[in-house]
Amino acid sequence: MRRVATLAKVVVLAAWLLITLFPLYWVVVTSLKPKPEIFAVPLKYWPGEVTFEHYEELFSFADFGTYLLNSLMVSLVAAGAVTAIGVLGGYTLARFTFPGRGVLMLAFLVTQMIPLFIALGPLYLLMSDLDLLNRLAGLMLVYVAMLVPFSTIIMRGFYERVPVALEEAAQVDGASRLVAMVRVVIPVMLPGIAATFIFAFVQCWNELFLAITFIDSEDAKTIPVAMNSFITQYDIDWGSMAAATVVSVVPTLVLFAAIRRYIVEGLTAGAVKG
Amino acid sequence: MRTFNVRRARFIALCLLPGVVFVALFTYYPVLRGAVMAFQRYNLFDLTSTPFTGLENFRAVLGEERFWTALRNTGTWVVVSLFFQFFLGFGLALLLRRHFRGRGLYQAWVFFPWAMSGFLIGLLWRWMFNGQFGVINDLLLKTGIIDQRIGFLASPGWAMTSVIVANVWYGVTFFAIMIMAALQSVPKELYEAADVDGASRLRQFWHVTLPHIRTTLALIVLLRIIWILNFPDLIYSMTGGGPAGSTDIITTFLIQQVIGGDYGRAGAVGLLVLGLLLSFSVFYLNATRFEKSR
Repeated sequence: MRRVATLAKVVVLAAWLLITLFPLYWVVVTSLKPKPEIFAVPLKYWPGEVTFEHYEELFSFADFGTYLLNSLMVSLVAAGAVTAIGVLGGYTLARFTFPGRGVLMLAFLVTQMIPLFIALGPLYLLMSDLDLLNRLAGLMLVYVAMLVPFSTIIMRGFYERVPVALEEAAQVDGASRLVAMVRVVIPVMLPGIAATFIFAFVQCWNELFLAITFIDSEDAKTIPVAMNSFITQYDIDWGSMAAATVVSVVPTLVLFAAIRRYIVEGLTAGAVKG
Repeated sequence: MRTFNVRRARFIALCLLPGVVFVALFTYYPVLRGAVMAFQRYNLFDLTSTPFTGLENFRAVLGEERFWTALRNTGTWVVVSLFFQFFLGFGLALLLRRHFRGRGLYQAWVFFPWAMSGFLIGLLWRWMFNGQFGVINDLLLKTGIIDQRIGFLASPGWAMTSVIVANVWYGVTFFAIMIMAALQSVPKELYEAADVDGASRLRQFWHVTLPHIRTTLALIVLLRIIWILNFPDLIYSMTGGGPAGSTDIITTFLIQQVIGGDYGRAGAVGLLVLGLLLSFSVFYLNATRFEKSR
């Protein structure tokens, strides 16, 4: 009986792994097939001939290099700011009680639940008033705002796991609060901080709706915006699209794999604690 | 206990200021402005006058057939996605509960859809569900489940099923991991005690595990409902709400209003969604007796 149960478990887990990974496999294979093979019936599950033409096309015709750089810039700057703001805000929320603390926490939590698309139109007008349409800086600002509540709440959770005694000891030794925070607490939290940064980075890297609302000039496009403009209603160049998907997903995949443990811990701790 | 300390207050204020400013300016201000626009005639392509028109936008939206279709579709989208994500996720969580060799690696691999955007997932599945060259048609034909290709995304009857399949694929793992965390929060002593009493595995699950994680489950499910409702990304790139509005949900409908430049109506739809979410949450928390069981 035990044997059968174990076997069943292995089979189910393997099946789920297969189902999860197959789409990734399929997009990679598609990106490596020459055009006629992509549209060959019966389908080829293994490319008869491997080609990098779709990747070359991406960078020669579509200027994908610029989009990559734009995405990289926006994501790095926004994620950096989001993390720094979260480090500061999370600290005060974890270590102090002060009037308005509950309201602030609630205000941050609520942003995670309301349909923010209601703000899409007004944000467009605001960006237009500030002359930030078609500018990467505009996207950065909005992304920071979008991710600050999350980073602050997550950082607060991480701080709460660091014993207060640690800082108090440093303060007794004459360090100011800020010095104690920078020298003693932050080093302990580095993995958590790195995880928050990467999570924010991936979110910015992937964001679509704000980007397509604010950006339509070629030199300010981010990857999702560019890919969105590859889609015409009836015709998609699936080879290039598959190559673009691979190019845009591989870096985030690597980063995500590196921090998966912390993200899972952070989110689930939040959920389980209620 | 000092009652007031200027340095302390200044430190707190300085630490919180950037976050508060960003969220106030780029989240709360536009949301509130959107809410005000709901009562205005506000069309991007005619901004010469933006008079207040009372409930005009709400009347217009509620009178639109597509709104009601989108609302019905939202129900299907949320309920069916949630159902499969929950039960498949629960099953997976139970299988992953005990430690085994390679569990960490396994989790890392099945977690990968979370590195992708809804937009990319939509594209990926759009390609796989393609009527002529889609791998899903091919697999179903090869295994003899169907004998003719199906135009999954071209037929109103299949399109919703297809987007839900993609959404379930995306969401199961994360649900599984949340539930796993909940399962691990049950103190081991409870199971030991149950073992001593000679309770079977099934009885332990029913009388120890479930009551202990009920509150957490209720919360995870609520968050999930809100999240699935606010997730138009996948549908946007997979079907664009079509064919014939058959995969429009309330948030894709909202985005169409924004793209169409009618911010007044977009505001009205946004407020309706918000009202719906709030009243549902209150009802739900009451129904699951969330307060009392804490």
